[in-house]
Amino acid sequence: MSAHANLERRRQAIYGWLLLTPALVLLSVFAFYPTMSTLWSSLFSRGTRRNPVEYIGTGNYTELFADPTFWIVVKNNLLYAGVTIPVSMAIALAMALWANGKISARGFVRTAYFTPTVLPMIAAANLWLFFYTPGLGVLDQIGSVFGLPSINWLGQPETALWAIIIVTIWKEAGFFMIFYLAALQTIPEDLKEAADIEGTSRWTYTRRIVLPLLMPTTIFIAINALINSVKLIDHLFILTKGGPSDASKLLLYYIWEMAFAFFDAPQAAAMTILVIGVLAIVAAAKFLYLDKRTHYQ
Amino acid sequence: MKRFGNFMDSFGAILLAVIWISPLLFAFWAATHSTSDAVNLRLFSPWTMDNFIVAWNGAPWLKYFINTFSLVTVILIGQFILVTLAGFAFAQLQFPGKDFVFILVLMQLFILPEVLIVENYAMVSRLGLFDTILGVGMPYMASAFGIFLMRQAFKGVPIELHEAARIEGCGLLGILWRVYVPLAKPTYLAYALVSVSTHWNNFLWPLIVTNSPETRPLTVGLSIFGAPENGVDISVISAATLMSVAPLLIAFLIFQRQFVQAFLRAGIK
Repeated sequence: MSAHANLERRRQAIYGWLLLTPALVLLSVFAFYPTMSTLWSSLFSRGTRRNPVEYIGTGNYTELFADPTFWIVVKNNLLYAGVTIPVSMAIALAMALWANGKISARGFVRTAYFTPTVLPMIAAANLWLFFYTPGLGVLDQIGSVFGLPSINWLGQPETALWAIIIVTIWKEAGFFMIFYLAALQTIPEDLKEAADIEGTSRWTYTRRIVLPLLMPTTIFIAINALINSVKLIDHLFILTKGGPSDASKLLLYYIWEMAFAFFDAPQAAAMTILVIGVLAIVAAAKFLYLDKRTHYQ
Repeated sequence: MKRFGNFMDSFGAILLAVIWISPLLFAFWAATHSTSDAVNLRLFSPWTMDNFIVAWNGAPWLKYFINTFSLVTVILIGQFILVTLAGFAFAQLQFPGKDFVFILVLMQLFILPEVLIVENYAMVSRLGLFDTILGVGMPYMASAFGIFLMRQAFKGVPIELHEAARIEGCGLLGILWRVYVPLAKPTYLAYALVSVSTHWNNFLWPLIVTNSPETRPLTVGLSIFGAPENGVDISVISAATLMSVAPLLIAFLIFQRQFVQAFLRAGIK
C-alpha cells in the first residue's frame, strides 16, 4: 500500500513540474531573469567607445540622485499618485452609489461611466487633445464665451501635469466603480430597512454602515490605483511628451526616455530597480493584508 | 422631500454621465463635421464623412487592424495553454516546492512587464523576435494573474468528478481536458474578455518592439498618425481614433453585461 502511495506521490510530482514548465520558462525569460539582469546592469557604467563598461557599484544610483530631473519626475509621480488615487476612488464610489440606487436612466448612466475603461489610453489622449488645444479646443471655446483668456493647458508647466491627471481620472473612475458596485450589491437589504426604522439619515447610514462594509474593496482598489499610477503613462506620448521642461514627466516615461531616446541603459536600469523596490513594498503590504483578511473569513 | 432627493440623485448621476461621455461625443461630432466647423464649434453645420475617408487613406489601417487582431489572438491562445496547465498543477496536484514556486509566480503580479521594458527589449532581440507579433505577445503569455485565476476556478471543481473520471480510466491530462476545462468555461470567458481588451489597448511595449507597418498594432499606428509632425487636423484625428476603437467599443456596447461581469470576476480575487 505504501509503495502504491509512493508511486502516486512521485507521479504527481513529475506531472506537476511538467505542467508548470512552460509557464515557468516564460516567466523566467521575461520576468525573473530580466529583473536580475536589470539589477546587475545597474551596477555597471555605460560603455562608450573610449571608456569600456566597468563595475561602478552604486555609481549609477548616486548619479541618478544627483540628477535634478530625476527629483522633478519623482515629485511629479507623487503628485500624480496623490491626486489620481483618492479622486478617482471618490468619484468611483459616488458613481457606484448612484448606479446602484433607484435613479432614472440607470442603464445609460452605467454605460457612460464604464465606457472610458474599454478605450485605449492613446485614444483617450486623442479625445482630450480636442479639449485642451489652445485657441481651438473645447475648453478654450467655452472659456471665450465667458470672456476668459485662451489657456495653453498642455503647454505651460503649471497646468500640464493637471491636464494629464484629469485624463487618468476619467479613464480609471468607471473601472473602479465596478468593484464598488459589486460590493454594494452584497450589502443586505435589511440593514437599510433597520436604519430607516431608526430614522437614520442617509448620510449617517452611508458613513457608518456602507463605508465600513466597503473597506476591503477600498483597499483592493487603492492597491490597483497605486500600481496604475506607475503604469498609466501612454497619454504622455500624445499630450505632452513629459514637457514643458519636464513638468509632466512621470517615472516610467523617464525610464523609457532614458533607455530609448538617450540610450543610457544603466541609468534606466537603476531607476527600474527603484520602481521595482517600491512595487515590492506594495506587494508585501498586499499579501500581509490578504493574509489578515483570510483569517476572519 | 424624499421625491426631491430622488430627483437630485438622478440629476447628479445623469449630469456626471453626460460629462463622462462628452469627450467621446465631441470626438464623434468633430469627426462627422468639416475641420473649420469643428474648431469653431458651429453646432448646426452639415454632416460629412470625408474625415473618415481622409483618415482611412492616411495610414495602412487594414494592416494595423489585422496586426492587432493577430496579436490578441496569439496572446490569448498562448495564455490559455500556459495558464490552464499551470493553474491545474497548482490547484490539484501535490508536489514538493509547489508553495515556493507559487509565491514566485505571484511576485510577477507586481513586477509589471511594463517596468522591465529595457531588459525585455534586449531579450526579445536576442531571441530574434524583434519586430514580430510573437515578440510583442510572448512576455504576456505566462500571465501570473491568469494562473491565479485558473487555480481558483479549478479548486472549485468537486473532487468526486475527478475521482469518477479516474475510475473510468481517464489519464490526468484527459481529466483536465474533459472535466476541469469545460467546468471553468465562465472563467475562461471572463479572462478572455479582460485579456483581449487589455492587449487591444496596450501601447508602450508594442511601441518599443515593433518597427514597421507589418507588425505595428492599432494603438502604435494611431499615435504615429496623430503625431503633430504629420500636421493632421483635429477632425481627421477624431475620425481615426473612433475608427480604431470602434470594434472594441461596439463589442462592449453589445455584450455590456458580460464585459462588466468579466471585469468583476477577474478583479475580485
